[in-house]
Amino acid sequence: MIGEEAGKKLIKKAMEERERAKKGLERRDDFETLSWVPVKRIYTPEDVRELNYDKDVGRPGEYPYTRGIYPNMFRGRIWTIRMFSGLGGPEDTNRRWKELMAHGETGLSTAFDFPTINGIDSDDPLALGEVGRCGVSVCTFEDMESLFSGIRPDEITVNFTINTPAEYILASYFALAKKRGIPISKVGGTTQNDSLKDFYSQKHYRFSPEAHLYLNTDLIRYCTKNAPLWNTISISGYHIREAGSTALQELAWTIADGVEFVRYLTERWKMDVDSFAPRLSFFWNAHDNFFEEVAKFRAARKIWAEIMRDWFGAKNPRSLMCRFHVQTGGCTLTYQYPETNIARVAIQGMAAVLGGCQSLHTDSYDEAICTPTDKAADIATLTQRILAYEIGATDTVDPLGGSYYVEWLTREMTEGAMREIEKIEKMGGATKAILDGYFWREIAKSASEYQGKIEKNEIIKVGVNDIKPESMEYSFEPLRIPLDLEEKRRKWLKEYRENRDGNKIDTILDTLRKTAEEMHDNKFDEPQPMFEHMYEAVNVKATMGEVMDALQDVFGRFREPPIF
Amino acid sequence: MRSRMSLVDLGSRPYFEMVQMIKPIKVLMAKPGLDGHDRGIKVVSRGLTESGFEVIYAGLWNTPEMIVETAIQEDVDVIGLSILSGAHDVLIPAITGALEGRGLLENVVVLVGGTIPLEDFDLLKRSGVDGIFIPGTTISEIAVMIKRLVKDKIGIELK
Repeated sequence: MIGEEAGKKLIKKAMEERERAKKGLERRDDFETLSWVPVKRIYTPEDVRELNYDKDVGRPGEYPYTRGIYPNMFRGRIWTIRMFSGLGGPEDTNRRWKELMAHGETGLSTAFDFPTINGIDSDDPLALGEVGRCGVSVCTFEDMESLFSGIRPDEITVNFTINTPAEYILASYFALAKKRGIPISKVGGTTQNDSLKDFYSQKHYRFSPEAHLYLNTDLIRYCTKNAPLWNTISISGYHIREAGSTALQELAWTIADGVEFVRYLTERWKMDVDSFAPRLSFFWNAHDNFFEEVAKFRAARKIWAEIMRDWFGAKNPRSLMCRFHVQTGGCTLTYQYPETNIARVAIQGMAAVLGGCQSLHTDSYDEAICTPTDKAADIATLTQRILAYEIGATDTVDPLGGSYYVEWLTREMTEGAMREIEKIEKMGGATKAILDGYFWREIAKSASEYQGKIEKNEIIKVGVNDIKPESMEYSFEPLRIPLDLEEKRRKWLKEYRENRDGNKIDTILDTLRKTAEEMHDNKFDEPQPMFEHMYEAVNVKATMGEVMDALQDVFGRFREPPIF
Repeated sequence: MRSRMSLVDLGSRPYFEMVQMIKPIKVLMAKPGLDGHDRGIKVVSRGLTESGFEVIYAGLWNTPEMIVETAIQEDVDVIGLSILSGAHDVLIPAITGALEGRGLLENVVVLVGGTIPLEDFDLLKRSGVDGIFIPGTTISEIAVMIKRLVKDKIGIELK
């Protein structure tokens, strides 16, 4: 595929390396991780001499949880196989979910299309061309009903990757459970509900960081009281990494965001830390550098346990546990030789498993080209079964614990991240750091640095700067979302809007605006409940777009400065 | 592009070329639609700036009309569109169509980068796109391509 001449050059290079190695020389001058941490030739007991096993590492299931949050980990049960999935209309996604469950998936995760993620209805002019494209379109309670046709909310847990309209989506799901006679106290699942990272990575914010912080924590408040099985937030580093941060920045910034949420809940909502902290969860990326990723997961548990105990005085052991979902790194997938992504995904998934994840999404090999095809999604799901049952990786807890390198790198990540978290604290916390432009500047720098290293061949990606194909090809038919879906949804919504009580809609939208105004006037210092009104909005058939537009009338539209 | 092209139309090309020699190529970088994946567009914008191009960064949430308006106001030579949402088959032709409607498609180089399946290349090219960059393209490849296309399409060798 690279041609005869290029092949000859490669052989010549391999011969040169052999000659150099004979002389004791190495392939390159410097070896480093993807956070630019220099890596030594060998690690020995000397590198972990200062490490105190009981204090710094400990047994799994015990503080500081470096080795895992449960004593038996995957010997008890394996992680939840939770594939992020959604496409087309609610019926299309319902079909794909059933297909994935037939291939061994054990938990659901909803990918919404861009209009939904932004809180925009399918018939809004801004939704042009995007309905059902990279996720499922959901903007009414009836959509939620179709999405979960034949699936019981008390029999499987579901993740909603939703932030800006998280309250509307969750209220719809709770309304669905109630309609089916299931009390929401028995409904388990997760809302991503972390808008802070959106400002510098996922980029689907609508209002100011303060307004979103208020809405996110209002959902946490409501669930803490009414839905004890619901994971109220998935504090996300995944997108930060995808947007170009290093592993160390992903780790530090995500935890800094987490600190900001906990602070708002304890200081503004005046909630007891142990009342809500057991239901906070995290979401990490599994990128290319295998050992650094494992070290990152181990470090995350240790840092979160220490911060929750020492900064916030949490006493419930569950409040100290960093429970997390992992997704393999979408940005690491190559367009070139797409099938090689199956190997990348398996290795990244392995890092998540050896890092002790609670749930895992494995990417489909065709994702650099299109929304996953059925076959690619099935292979990704089956890959997790291989990790779980074929290769012996789950037979003992934290099998990499005690490796001189992994323990040393875990400490490097822990100390590096703590320094960064303290730096953000000194700026006044994550919200201030967002508004000051700190994350925008730093992430642009890291992303450019990464690209520079690719172009200088200091980071190798097979197919991109190693064994680059002469011409592009792949052997599958990319998935197509029919373009008439948008028109169908438009018609359906028009009818939907005509068949409801307009007065009730006006009343609830006014209530939402009034609550938002109160918040705006008190500068978000004295938060007022909003979720209950969202619930009412769902009940009277207000659409998601109407609800979000009402809030925008008050909160306004936030725009970030052009920093690159 | 308006003022520059009117100079060409007036037949004052030698003088025009002289002026162009000292001006950097001006590129508008924008993300059409609701797609939030802005890593690529930012890395390319920074890379092009460092390579001597003048970059106008329009960022996220641009409708096709907004992109065309900004291109006209900023008088750019190149429009760089980054899209990873799968909506390129609708949004890109909407942009090139609007450019054509205002008689500008011939005077500006339109480039698209992102997750574009090979099967869609023809559609985009037929709609007036001059170049498509897939994931894995380097900044230097993009810079070289822009210079070549600006020369071939607008007929002027810029700095």
